[in-house]
Amino acid sequence: MAADVTSAAPVEETAGPGAGTRTGYVRYVVGKLAGAAVSLLAVLVTGFFLFRLIPGDPVKTMTGGRPISAGQLAEYRREFGLDLPLWEQFTDYCGKALTGDLGTSYQFKAPVIDRITEALPNTLLLTGTAFVLYTALGMFLGTRSAWRHGSLSDRLNTGLALTLYSVPSFWLGLLLIIVFSVGVGPIPGLFPTGGMESGGKEGIAYVLDVAHHLVLPVVTLVAVEYGQTLLVTRSALLDEMGSDYLTTARAKGLRDDLVRRRHAVPNALLPTVTLVFVNLGRTVAGVILVETVFSWPGLGGLFYQALSVPDLPLVQGLFLFFASAVIVMNTLADLVYPLLDPRVGR
Amino acid sequence: MTTPPVVQAGPRALARQRRRRSAVRFWTRYRTHRAGLVGLAALGLFALIALTAPLTVGSDVSSVTDAPGGPLESPSAQFPLGTDQFGRNLLGLVVWGSRVSLLVGLLAAVLSVAIGAVVGITAGHFRGAYGTVLMRITDWFLVMPTLVLAIALATVMSRSLGTVILAIGVTTWPTTARLVRAQTLAVESRPYIERARALGGGHWHVMSRHVLPNVMPLILAQTTLMVSTSILTEATLAFLGLGDPTVVSWGGLLQDAREAGAVSAGDWWYLIPPGIAIAVVALAFTLCGRAVESVLNPRLGVAG
Repeated sequence: MAADVTSAAPVEETAGPGAGTRTGYVRYVVGKLAGAAVSLLAVLVTGFFLFRLIPGDPVKTMTGGRPISAGQLAEYRREFGLDLPLWEQFTDYCGKALTGDLGTSYQFKAPVIDRITEALPNTLLLTGTAFVLYTALGMFLGTRSAWRHGSLSDRLNTGLALTLYSVPSFWLGLLLIIVFSVGVGPIPGLFPTGGMESGGKEGIAYVLDVAHHLVLPVVTLVAVEYGQTLLVTRSALLDEMGSDYLTTARAKGLRDDLVRRRHAVPNALLPTVTLVFVNLGRTVAGVILVETVFSWPGLGGLFYQALSVPDLPLVQGLFLFFASAVIVMNTLADLVYPLLDPRVGR
Repeated sequence: MTTPPVVQAGPRALARQRRRRSAVRFWTRYRTHRAGLVGLAALGLFALIALTAPLTVGSDVSSVTDAPGGPLESPSAQFPLGTDQFGRNLLGLVVWGSRVSLLVGLLAAVLSVAIGAVVGITAGHFRGAYGTVLMRITDWFLVMPTLVLAIALATVMSRSLGTVILAIGVTTWPTTARLVRAQTLAVESRPYIERARALGGGHWHVMSRHVLPNVMPLILAQTTLMVSTSILTEATLAFLGLGDPTVVSWGGLLQDAREAGAVSAGDWWYLIPPGIAIAVVALAFTLCGRAVESVLNPRLGVAG
């Protein structure tokens, strides 16, 4: 910590190093953006070749084994561009993907990108709500656990978090449906079994209806995801707790509560912030399962529908979308991080 | 340390003694972790159930044709966990399913950690272009949503256990690779590696004789933790209908339950046992892994 103080002081005093830091940040940003661009390109290439590995003819899969005439077969092949050489298919695919054209869904006979943009807001509503809740809950409980580590409440909290972390999210969702939607014994069904709205409602009633449908999926996601945040926050804070500056703060006569809120937590928060973003991939997985179980009309549910056919253009489009979304979010986290912690990116 | 050095022992005998002593030390420390012991006991129990399944339930428990009960019977004295939609005994199916779930979990974890260890050790040993490229690939895999990639792989390949193991193995290795590389770099900066090189030790000698034994504890802890991830992923893939439809697994049982309408009928007894089994085994492996981790790395022990 002492080294930090000395290295931070000259930056504030003179303009020279300050400007140097700024170019340092620009270089950092350019590096991260280039890395992200390479990753996105790799996703694009993987997306193409992964779905060309498929054994058998996609057209046969598409028609579900129904006998079709040779003419129809050729027609289908031409329609989906499968009659072209692989190289031409690839350049064609890249050009189209970059302009947002992800092909046509076999199942819906509609552009893949349209299905994705339709489902996206629903997924954002579900994930956004769950994300805010589980991050807040995880950080709150993690802080409390670390501050009184070894206590009974710490052991209970960590144990519960580890247990819920080991529970398959889809199973928890199914159980919640049985208990709270179908009803067990004396408990009546309190919440809808699935979907996003009952239909035929407007205004405030519509908002309340959606919120009512939102409860169980959000509870499931929060339950399986908050443990990760709790454990990361807890160990980050435990790392900080041995630090000298906390002893100093206490020696100044600060109350325990203030030492925690003003000194320890802000420093411990930094690793937590990055890890929250790095673990976004896990959240995507949770969303696929939870949306499937609750028939939520979002991207995850769409992915499941596409898998069961299998509707390859749709699976491929969603693969590209999920992977790109995670890369973009991670890059954002990388870019924000040095602003939060000046020690990074110099 | 207090034991007097053994006189006149060959290098092999010395090495064996040292290994034995460190194993005893490991066990003495592991024993102090109560959660780790509970996890170990649970694993022992499940291993026993899986290994004795051919004797206790037999392979014909999964046969649809001559099922002993009526479809979807509630738990009774004859069928303690009830029956599924084909009239099969659910208790037997859950016991039988433990074999596939544990097998796939273990093999996928071993595959994943093996890839991670090879990538990590070689990337840490051969720095320069090779290591850089390898770590870029690792970083790319690290940010990919694992399940989406595994699902994509499982979709394009045929439905079999091999596919599931491969899909889990090739998508979950990057964390291990990063950890092993960091450890390799730390080991290779020690003077005795320089000494080994000076005495003419080649790349293979340094990696297999000096680096590998030092990263082995990390690999062990990582494998234990990875098994629980693999079991959960296997259940997930089976639930999404991407598993091998011909074998019984816990995830597959949950998918069957959902398709048979157990959820809307409120047949909780159909859903509870496979889910509990998955959660308990995954938790047991996590507890063991965390205990191993904190024994091997006392600094992390505070966090565990």
